[in-house]
Amino acid sequence: MSEKVLMKGNEAIAEAAILAGCRHYFGYPITPQTEIAAYMAKKMPKIGGCFLQAESEVAAINMVYGVAGTGKRVMTSSSSPGISLKAEGLSYLAGSDLPSLVVNVQRGGPGLGGIQPSQSDYFQATKGGGHGDFKMIVLAPSSVQEMADLTIKGFDLAEKYRMTAMILADGTMGQMMEPVTLEAPSVNEYDKSWAVTGTKCDRKKNIINSLSLVPEELEKLNFARYERYKAIEENEVMYEEYMMEDAEICIAAFGIAARVAKNAINAARKEGIKAGLIRPITLWPFPNEVFKKAADKVESFISVELSMGQMIEDIRLASECKKPVYLCNRVGGMIPSPEMVLESIKAHYKGGTK
Amino acid sequence: MTDKRIVLFAGHYGSGKTNIAVNYAIKLKNDGFPVLIADLDIVNPYFRTKDSEKELADKGIELICSEFANTNLDIPSLPPNMYRVVNDKSFRAVMDIGGDDAGAVALGRFAPFISEENNYEMIFVANFFRPLTRKAEDAYDVMKEIEAVSSLKFTAIVNNSNLGADTEAEDVISTFSEAEKLSALCGLPVLFTSCKKELYGEINIKGKKAFPLELQSKLF
Repeated sequence: MSEKVLMKGNEAIAEAAILAGCRHYFGYPITPQTEIAAYMAKKMPKIGGCFLQAESEVAAINMVYGVAGTGKRVMTSSSSPGISLKAEGLSYLAGSDLPSLVVNVQRGGPGLGGIQPSQSDYFQATKGGGHGDFKMIVLAPSSVQEMADLTIKGFDLAEKYRMTAMILADGTMGQMMEPVTLEAPSVNEYDKSWAVTGTKCDRKKNIINSLSLVPEELEKLNFARYERYKAIEENEVMYEEYMMEDAEICIAAFGIAARVAKNAINAARKEGIKAGLIRPITLWPFPNEVFKKAADKVESFISVELSMGQMIEDIRLASECKKPVYLCNRVGGMIPSPEMVLESIKAHYKGGTK
Repeated sequence: MTDKRIVLFAGHYGSGKTNIAVNYAIKLKNDGFPVLIADLDIVNPYFRTKDSEKELADKGIELICSEFANTNLDIPSLPPNMYRVVNDKSFRAVMDIGGDDAGAVALGRFAPFISEENNYEMIFVANFFRPLTRKAEDAYDVMKEIEAVSSLKFTAIVNNSNLGADTEAEDVISTFSEAEKLSALCGLPVLFTSCKKELYGEINIKGKKAFPLELQSKLF
């Protein structure tokens, strides 16, 4: 399928996963990501794949653990409360160094919250997502095309570094429809000599396990894992800059918020305000360098978020607090309007003279 | 267009049923009919008729939908006054049915009344750019699934093939043959081809009736 089709973000993720060679999907329905499961349920049986609706999110993530141990491409998807339920499994996947793709189409929280879009799982996604020292590669799509492209990328990165890659989308990204072009990617082959595939009595058996009772050895595993994380921070950062060449005020936003921010920046430019955008595509690894450099050029930052201000902390860290970082936000399922972002830009541009 | 009192739009989810239903209701109103639009979608909590509530109210079109539509409550319920659609015959009624067979389940309880009055057009909305209804055969399967759960038979097809706001006239024209194939498979006529209003002139040609759509505005 390399022709253009009209897809929901959720469907694009599902189809891209299939194109990337994923033949195992385990999930449990929850709005606003249920179309991923529905699409998999329709498609997987037709292509010899496995769709299984588990009895719970906890069961689904542990089924992911099982397939991941065999070295096969596997995924699960959920929305915020469901991801919390998967947290234990995410930690076990990290502790066993298993590749997997996990999708979080966020909704308003905390608790059962609501069903409308949100970005308030930023901390949960980027600061671990479970107990213990670990990271996930966190990818934040901003269009339906990117939902597909980053899913394909996510599978590759997960295998390359033997860890979980998470697509951190939101309800709007999951539900909105846009034209997409999908093509089967060329799949990179990585070493999978660790996988549990049957020894056929001619090799030492592999063990997939996150239990390590000797402190010296568990420490060594942790240090080695963080060496791998360092390589990711050096090599895998992705971001987009928009009108940053001469920007005096920098908007930072990802996902749906970045689309709103672009409209606000276009409106600001028409009024002579030099606004620009940095859109992190990888939320971990965070694009620290580009924010650090921007801090020497711009007067201030505005973080536009569908949360009470979570990414704003990473911007302050990355920019080493050289310039003020303001927050422009809506929460609980609400989305900031371009007008609201424009107002925020005017309120902070050149100390609020405009 | 049709002279029938009730017009129902059903089809695969994401085919554009709501957009057509809203535009169709406005057209009926502009033609001088008292119009009522009913949102029977119990499946999709995002992007629905309720989004156009203000526009419909301004035009004097009555909207009946779940009191939980566009709230944070994911409750698949319909309000009691939904029965006005079948009881109050002074209105032209437009019914926006939820996607696929899952969404059309809600129609079942109104089906006996609609059949009895026998003054309806049930329209299958097809978008051949949707990945699961690329081919007439796949769209035909969805039709059969919807008929099975709704207890009503389709009477016509609308070709609403589009790629969203970026749609070009050639894109729509390229689906004419698939629409004809579907028409032959199910033995029902293609009532019209709907398209964004900018393409109306290019689509409304040589025996192909077109219906211009005002698309909902994009905020992001």
